[in-house]
Amino acid sequence: MMSLQTAMLVGLLAPLVVALLTPFLAVRHIWRDAAGPIGGVITFIAALEVAMAVLDGQTPRLFVAQIAEGLAIEFAVTPLGAIFGLVASGLWILAALYTVGYMRGNHEKHQTRFAAFYAVAVHAAMAVAWSGNLLVLFIFYEILTFSTYPLVTHKESAVARNAGRLYMSILVGTSVVLLLPAVVWVWLSTGTLDFRPGGFLAGQIDPAMAPILLGLFAFGVGKAALMPIHRWLPAAMVAPTPVSALLHAVAVVKAGVFTILTVVVYVFGIDFLAKTGASDWLVWLAAFTILASSMVAITKDDIKARLAYSTISQLSYIVLGAAIASSLAVQGAALHIVMHAAGKITLFFCAGAIYVQAHLTKISELDGQGREMPWVFAAFFIGALSIIGIPPLGGSWSKFILMVGAVEAGYIVILAVLGLSSLLNVYYLLEPLSRAFFRDKTRVTDVAFHPLVVVPPVLTALISIGLFFFDEIFLDLAILASRGQQ
Amino acid sequence: MGAAIITNLPALLVVVPLLLAPVNSLLHSASLAWMLTLIGAGSSFIAALMLQSITENGVRISYHLGNWEPPWGIEFVVDSATSLTLVVMTGLGFIATLAARRLVSSEINDKDSGKFYAAWMLVSGGLFGLVMTADAFNLFVFLEISALASAILIGMGAGTDRRALVAGFHYLVIGAVGATFYVIGVGFIYAMTGTLNMGDMAARIPEAGGGAVLHVGFGFMVAGMLVKAAIFPVHIWLPAAYSYAPSAVSTLLAAIATKAALYVLARIVFTIFGGVPEIADIALSNVIVPLAIGGIFIGTVMAIYEADIKKMFAHSSVAQIGYIALGLGLATPAGVSASFIHIANHALIKGGIFMAIGGFVAALGARANLDSITGIGRRMPITATAFLICGLSLAGLPLTAGFISKLYLVRAILETESYLILALVLISSALSVVYLWKIMEVMWMQPAPVRSPKLAENPAIYLPLWIVAFGNIWFGIDASWLVAAARSAATALLGGGA
Repeated sequence: MMSLQTAMLVGLLAPLVVALLTPFLAVRHIWRDAAGPIGGVITFIAALEVAMAVLDGQTPRLFVAQIAEGLAIEFAVTPLGAIFGLVASGLWILAALYTVGYMRGNHEKHQTRFAAFYAVAVHAAMAVAWSGNLLVLFIFYEILTFSTYPLVTHKESAVARNAGRLYMSILVGTSVVLLLPAVVWVWLSTGTLDFRPGGFLAGQIDPAMAPILLGLFAFGVGKAALMPIHRWLPAAMVAPTPVSALLHAVAVVKAGVFTILTVVVYVFGIDFLAKTGASDWLVWLAAFTILASSMVAITKDDIKARLAYSTISQLSYIVLGAAIASSLAVQGAALHIVMHAAGKITLFFCAGAIYVQAHLTKISELDGQGREMPWVFAAFFIGALSIIGIPPLGGSWSKFILMVGAVEAGYIVILAVLGLSSLLNVYYLLEPLSRAFFRDKTRVTDVAFHPLVVVPPVLTALISIGLFFFDEIFLDLAILASRGQQ
Repeated sequence: MGAAIITNLPALLVVVPLLLAPVNSLLHSASLAWMLTLIGAGSSFIAALMLQSITENGVRISYHLGNWEPPWGIEFVVDSATSLTLVVMTGLGFIATLAARRLVSSEINDKDSGKFYAAWMLVSGGLFGLVMTADAFNLFVFLEISALASAILIGMGAGTDRRALVAGFHYLVIGAVGATFYVIGVGFIYAMTGTLNMGDMAARIPEAGGGAVLHVGFGFMVAGMLVKAAIFPVHIWLPAAYSYAPSAVSTLLAAIATKAALYVLARIVFTIFGGVPEIADIALSNVIVPLAIGGIFIGTVMAIYEADIKKMFAHSSVAQIGYIALGLGLATPAGVSASFIHIANHALIKGGIFMAIGGFVAALGARANLDSITGIGRRMPITATAFLICGLSLAGLPLTAGFISKLYLVRAILETESYLILALVLISSALSVVYLWKIMEVMWMQPAPVRSPKLAENPAIYLPLWIVAFGNIWFGIDASWLVAAARSAATALLGGGA
């Protein structure tokens, strides 16, 4: 087998190699299109190798350069990072397959450019996942933003450009104005930025300032889409659906909540936050975001817009888990990164499949279409159930643990919030299905079957089921992550 | 022979450019004059690097011009602070010269080129002398040499925009006021101490007993240098001068001119008056720090509301000079070394930015403003990418030199526990993102106007431009050399001896 360092190098560089090779492979479309999935498999194997080492209690490290004292470019995989790395690379395999089907089926232009930046984004996501300190995390967080800009504006229309502008101004703006000062603040008060189990801020900063610092992080990480800085996410839905699926349901947004979770667990330390109550306000803001964006989701007729608001709501589950700052809540949050990723990517895959095959984008147009695209809607059903949190689907675990964590930490009201949110989920995620199966057809569609856009959602739906029964590796990693000082 | 050159390096650094100037003025061929200037600038850079390697471990070179012993003769002093400043100035001067060929030919009449390069050499030689001299009056002479030559260079922008004449004139008049203030101050101190040698002055000032004369002399000297360094509120000459000057000149002046004045300011406060901390400290904490912060804000805000690109970055220079002055004002080893780090990094940043703007102007054939550069990112990607890198560095993003600057400045402020200043610096640096965002958005995210002419990239400026852009990244990833050099410079300055 590979040595750990090699595995890390492979995991970090394979997507980059795919990106660099794509323009040269473009002479044969089949080569170019095969590069993504192959790169995905290689990256995933590396991520698995690294995750196993983390489960063994090791911290795989890769040192790159020393900038100044206390500032290094270094990768070091935390249990949380191992989880995120597995999710990003694993789903990339299917997303890459799906991309081929979607882009070809839709006759999109500039497919080579698209594939290249897509791989760069995955590279940045892997680097965020495995970053060993806040500086590296920040750098690749920015690279992730920049690499997704050409994807968001892929259509090059005025709408796409405006969306791209909003996307960049919110994400870059918040990160430069809030996140970067927060990182510098941490460095100045502790002299280090390296992630450490149990955190390293306790005793280093004034507990009265901790909520402010946490606020800089929470709002500086625009990718976590906390209200009121969530607007970029619905705007980003103008991008082709493969982008919405992998990046705006998995890689980009999860990089955001991953950052917050990492900051809470490895910078502040759960104990420090719990003791000082510095994250109390964030619990309520996250709860508000969960409910408010669910309400907004109900009003959206556009499938992708509804899914986007659903994502905003689900992301706040993870922020909520981080803010509750108990070890169970953190486990729930970490697991939710996985479970939501599998569920939401399925839903986006389905939305894209419906668009490619029947050219429908609105929920009101779906009436009676269930029988036309049975596999797609079946996958949608499973994905929706997982998001709602019904057994036997993966999503039920994370929600369950989160709820227990909230109660254990004394947030009884949060239990009600989560319950209410589930109800809202039921409504807005199952409505499209009830329309598709129980209403009469209102429009005639000419459904063209494209296997490459149908198989991936079916597979990810199966993964959602599988995650209910085989969640051990993720659960173990989540438990490792939540275990403060070792 | 080699040894003779090395012992005489300080003198050569001044003499070679000053001798090349008249030769240049006689040349009718633009290329020949440029070649000669390039050789002059290149050899200055090599000389500065050699001086740096000699002085980096704390060695202090004292060079007596014409072998006249100080305090009667003129003395040049090169320590690690001097040599770091010189390396920055000569390095960027060399790169600006590399870029000048193409930028100058698009903005200045070929037959004037000889005179242009003559003035260019005079500015360089004058500023190098300014930094090295340890004689207060000789400093005034160098100040005038460089000021007159700069005014000529700025005025030469009149070929494309007549407002350059007014800008050059303003620069001349305001600069003359500054220089006069300085020389009046020197007069007072001379009357008190009977010496013009800085080291001698420093030794005698504490004994001379001070009083009003000392205060007035000090005040005039500092005020004069504030004008020259373009510190708020006497910075008013700078925006017009930088923005109407030919692009090559903006690059040169932004990279080296105010840096020299800031260095001299530090010398006056720390070296000459280092022995009377009661005066120096008041000037630093009650005058320079507030003015620096004022400059930071006024420059940033003006840049936000400016549509003309060159002017925008000229305003931004006022703000950046404020950051450098702020570090000096803190008067701690950390603060002063942060200043030196930013002197180097800001030269890299602004040098690159003005060079790229020069490229845009040459391609557009018109002034660059927010309208004319719409969508230029796709039309001139190579120049615009270098511009983007320098812009990111100016914003202080990690992996760029600007980040290192901000980091060390913030740390220095934190050490002095002045949280108000810290907050103001953070706010201003957040504000600077506004104008940078505005321009990057226009350049990269808006489509080029329909029926816009095709823009030709300028391969001739690729090399200097990308050296600078690469430098911005290099010093963002491996800052150890610069940080060590800046630390040693701060020790040399604060250590007292001149």
